[in-house]
Amino acid sequence: MTTIPTEPVQPGKASLLYDPKIRGYVYQLALLAVVGFLIYSAASNAIENLRAQKIASGFGFWHNAAGFDVNQKLIPFSASGSTYGQAFWVGLLNTLLVASIGIVLATFLGFFVGVARLSSNWILAKIAMVYVEVIRNLPLLLQLFFWYNAVLKPLPNPRQSIELPAGILLNNRGLYLPDPQLEPGGSLIVLTFLLGLVGAITFRYWARKQQEATGKQYPVGWIALGLVVVLPFFVYLLMGRPITFIYPELAGFNLRGGIQIFPEFVALLVGLTTYTAAFIAEVVRAGILAVSKGQSEAAHALGLRPGATLKLVVIPQAMRVIIPPLTSNYLNLTKNSSLAVAIGYPDLVQVFTGTVLNQTGQAVEVVAITMAVYLTISLVTSLFMNIYNKRMALVER
Amino acid sequence: MKKFMAVAIAGLGLAMTATVATAQAPATLAQVKSRGILNCGSNTGLAGFGVPDAQGNWQGLDVDYCRAISAAIFNDPTKVKFIPLSAKDRFTALQSGEVDVLVRNSTWTMSRDTALGLLFTGVNYYDGQGFMVRKKLGVTSALQLSGASVCTQQGTTTELNLADFFRANNLKYEVVAFASSDETVKAYDAGRCDAFTTDASGLYAERLKLTAPDDHMVLPEIISKEPLGPATRNTDAQWFNLVKWVHFAMLNAEELGVTKANVDEMLKSSNPEIKRLLGTEGKFGEAIGLTPDWAYRIVKQVGNYGESFEKNVGQGSLLKIARGQNGLWTKGGLQYAPPVR
Repeated sequence: MTTIPTEPVQPGKASLLYDPKIRGYVYQLALLAVVGFLIYSAASNAIENLRAQKIASGFGFWHNAAGFDVNQKLIPFSASGSTYGQAFWVGLLNTLLVASIGIVLATFLGFFVGVARLSSNWILAKIAMVYVEVIRNLPLLLQLFFWYNAVLKPLPNPRQSIELPAGILLNNRGLYLPDPQLEPGGSLIVLTFLLGLVGAITFRYWARKQQEATGKQYPVGWIALGLVVVLPFFVYLLMGRPITFIYPELAGFNLRGGIQIFPEFVALLVGLTTYTAAFIAEVVRAGILAVSKGQSEAAHALGLRPGATLKLVVIPQAMRVIIPPLTSNYLNLTKNSSLAVAIGYPDLVQVFTGTVLNQTGQAVEVVAITMAVYLTISLVTSLFMNIYNKRMALVER
Repeated sequence: MKKFMAVAIAGLGLAMTATVATAQAPATLAQVKSRGILNCGSNTGLAGFGVPDAQGNWQGLDVDYCRAISAAIFNDPTKVKFIPLSAKDRFTALQSGEVDVLVRNSTWTMSRDTALGLLFTGVNYYDGQGFMVRKKLGVTSALQLSGASVCTQQGTTTELNLADFFRANNLKYEVVAFASSDETVKAYDAGRCDAFTTDASGLYAERLKLTAPDDHMVLPEIISKEPLGPATRNTDAQWFNLVKWVHFAMLNAEELGVTKANVDEMLKSSNPEIKRLLGTEGKFGEAIGLTPDWAYRIVKQVGNYGESFEKNVGQGSLLKIARGQNGLWTKGGLQYAPPVR
């Protein structure tokens, strides 16, 4: 405080020490070194202790034969030839399956309930309110037990399966759907369907550009329906119905044939969806209320009907408020799917951190891998939601 | 910046202590003695082996084992804290030191004895895996279970034997694995599975939990060897010996006819084997860190193996399991203890 330099300081040895930029770098480097050393010492400490306790360590178990079976799997897995590594993939895919379907369903249900809560229809609004308050305030684990027992208990055994239309059977081993088989020429139908889907998306994009440019509107919904449903159905008839179904039939104790949807999966999916939807509903409600009332009044004054007002004016503006908390709810759903362990759905935690950990005894490695996987899934989800958020932010004004 | 430096130095200090912490941990026996209580890894609730009764007192064959260890160390069978562990958590709890000994009807296998850093001290119950089904299914043999759904607890040898059995016999099946034994039994009871599989003793015990136990039957096949026994960590030979010899003391007592009721009289016995066992001759207990009368305490306060067996799983219990393989070697069973000398 004695002298205040009036001229710029000459670069020299003394100034380097007091240069805030350089000092900043030094501190950052020091912090990095401390953190790095902490991680290194923790890891080497763990390895040393494992060795001292004569517990096997390392990742060699990955290629060892598993020796157990899993009932629900998206990739082939059997006790005879599969490894612990394959068990990991079975579990991971089951986690991703239930999480991705759950996210889609929870989003739809959540948006519906959130909008319903603000509805001018008194009964609808109150039902939505009761739904949110009940579901949101009960522990998820309890709800999963409820759904698992509610799904399982009332259903009959396989010999007295409930027969639903179209050859679908329901019993306490699950829901059995007919398994479609492609005969020669059947792949053409799938191809038509895919082309129809691409066509519908392209048309929708084009129609929107046209509307923005000229104001002219096209019946997007009807044309999409024609492309995706009617066209493949015509091809199906034209080709002489080349898709046959294998229907589930009683054989011994259980049904054989068909696609089996397990009760554990249904219970977990329903539990996760309804639970997360209650939170999403509140996020949506908050988002809609964040759009000033003048916006919808202006839209009404322009002659837009309530549905169009919501769709074209309110929701697009509400989205920028909705997306960040929505991302958190998606992450929560994915992480909560690990509660599958309680009701016997073979997700990553059940198969890998449960059975594999116990059979190999390598807790440190298995838990570390599992944590890394959940971290990766969450970061990737966040990344995509952030990209989507940026796009939505640009649309706004 | 001073604050930051302080934090950084504290962090470094922490890291240093972390590296120092690898030094040898104190012996288990000394830890137990200074703690004043034995931490015993127990079943979450399996009738006959380890389950709290209506008053909250733990009962069972495995529970008696822990009480016997406590009696030998503290001259008091109640200084045990039972820590209920699920099948999939039990070995981690022992490895990490949460429990001193695991007496939880665990199967002794080679991989558990080697790669897990554990040592099984012996076999306190010879068991084998079986199946339970509903009587109305009309099944009389496990070989008729082709296509069945089977409920089991995950993280067990049961899960592996099940896969082996169906593979070896070329049968199809669907496994439904649960983390806890309660959930497994509930799901079987609700009709999720055609069959429930676990160790045969467990089948009889779990059947008592079903809504209508008489509607279910245990199939005759025993598909595996399940030698159940206690385990300790692989780093403490003295503790390993102590746990092992508690079982041998109970077996030797039965073989020599020493019971809870007559142990005081037996102190006056002139039989040298009984004298060595009860500590009136020699100081065998000291070699495992205990007093010479260690085995006297066990028999006096808990009883011999036969007494514990009959009370918990035999004729004195609801399970009414015959001694069979668990009889003494002198009576055609497999239970055989090395001599105290």
